[in-house]
Amino acid sequence: MMERIWDERIQIVAVILFTIGFCTLLVHKNLLKKIIGLNIMDTASYLLLTSMGYVEGRLAPIIRGGNTDPSAYVNPLPAGLVLTGIVVSVSVTALLLALTIRLYRHYHSLDLDKIYELAAKEDQNER
Amino acid sequence: MKRSLKELFREWDADRFDLSVSGSVPQKERPSPLPPERYDVIPELEETIMRRFHRVVPVLTFLLGLTLSLFLIMTVLELPAFGSSDSPVFNEVFTRYVQDGTEETGAVNTVAGVILDYRAFDTLGETHVLYTALVAVLILLLGFEKTDPGIRTPGYEVIRQDPVLTTCAKLVIPCVVIYGLYIICNGHLGPGGGFCGGTVIGSALILAALAFGFDSVERFVNYRTIRVVLVIALCFYSLSKGYSFFCGANGIESGIRPGTPGRIFSAGLILPLNAAVGVVVSCTMYSLYSVFRRGRL
Repeated sequence: MMERIWDERIQIVAVILFTIGFCTLLVHKNLLKKIIGLNIMDTASYLLLTSMGYVEGRLAPIIRGGNTDPSAYVNPLPAGLVLTGIVVSVSVTALLLALTIRLYRHYHSLDLDKIYELAAKEDQNER
Repeated sequence: MKRSLKELFREWDADRFDLSVSGSVPQKERPSPLPPERYDVIPELEETIMRRFHRVVPVLTFLLGLTLSLFLIMTVLELPAFGSSDSPVFNEVFTRYVQDGTEETGAVNTVAGVILDYRAFDTLGETHVLYTALVAVLILLLGFEKTDPGIRTPGYEVIRQDPVLTTCAKLVIPCVVIYGLYIICNGHLGPGGGFCGGTVIGSALILAALAFGFDSVERFVNYRTIRVVLVIALCFYSLSKGYSFFCGANGIESGIRPGTPGRIFSAGLILPLNAAVGVVVSCTMYSLYSVFRRGRL
């Protein structure tokens, strides 16, 4: 059992990173820390994806010397998928930061509870 | 106030396009509930049931995280073993990509062949995601630098001609740009491609903006050039790859040849597509920095 856990250590680290990001997302009230937690979750999923395509002792999928034997290279597909994930994560982070800036300009706080309370007061005042 | 499409296009072309009044519904900024001169004052909250509940949340989250990670670790142990070649990831798709990829696409780098030839529409979608994120950030943040002076870092427009910074930037920026161009042009021959090369060139632009001020960068990269270049790159990508896929699906001779694998001018459309992606990524990175730093492009 311990040997199996040691063999799967990279995927287990990815799972633990995912949980850390998830807990960061839930525990912190600061919006910036929530965004950081989301980014940690993204990174964990990239680690899991890339580790799926890895094979001990094989080369990166760049064809050298006309050797097209599939048993000589690792899988190129997870690399392409991770590239997609990284680009989407960058875009989502930029959008979230812009929304956070707008919220901060309006409420002068990054604390989600205070923002909720101020928004509720604002709604009462408008009525 | 309704305006015709022609008038809107004229305004857009003349750089007078104001997003906040162009729609049929005029947007109105709600006034902030706090006075703008008192940014440091944060109101104290009342002790409510929700506040008391929030003290228990970390403990509950810790327990939830522990359970979640235990379940996920059990799932991971059931997956195919790490580093073994008999997992279902290595199916006939992988075999086809490695065996015939170089011959069919002309790219030595199989990853570039996959993302820019076999699955080029996926990469087109990625590029459009970046573009859409930039447009959304511009809509959210443009046009507030006059009404709200309180948030910006003071002195952001003052060019401090720091001799160390400017000299180092003059030395470093050409090397960084050439390195980025090398990564983009080398995308089908080795590790690299449009995304990482574009990020490197964008970082060179950001360094130039830091060292010499935004005004000196604006002489060659401004709102107008970024707009035109982004649209041209995206249209080129869509049209050329659409033409290539259309010809390939219908068995028409498209005139795009894979060439000799290993040469720099080979691999058909992969090099121009990498260049288009690099242009989009570098412009997006610089624009995001500029919008976040000073509230406009």
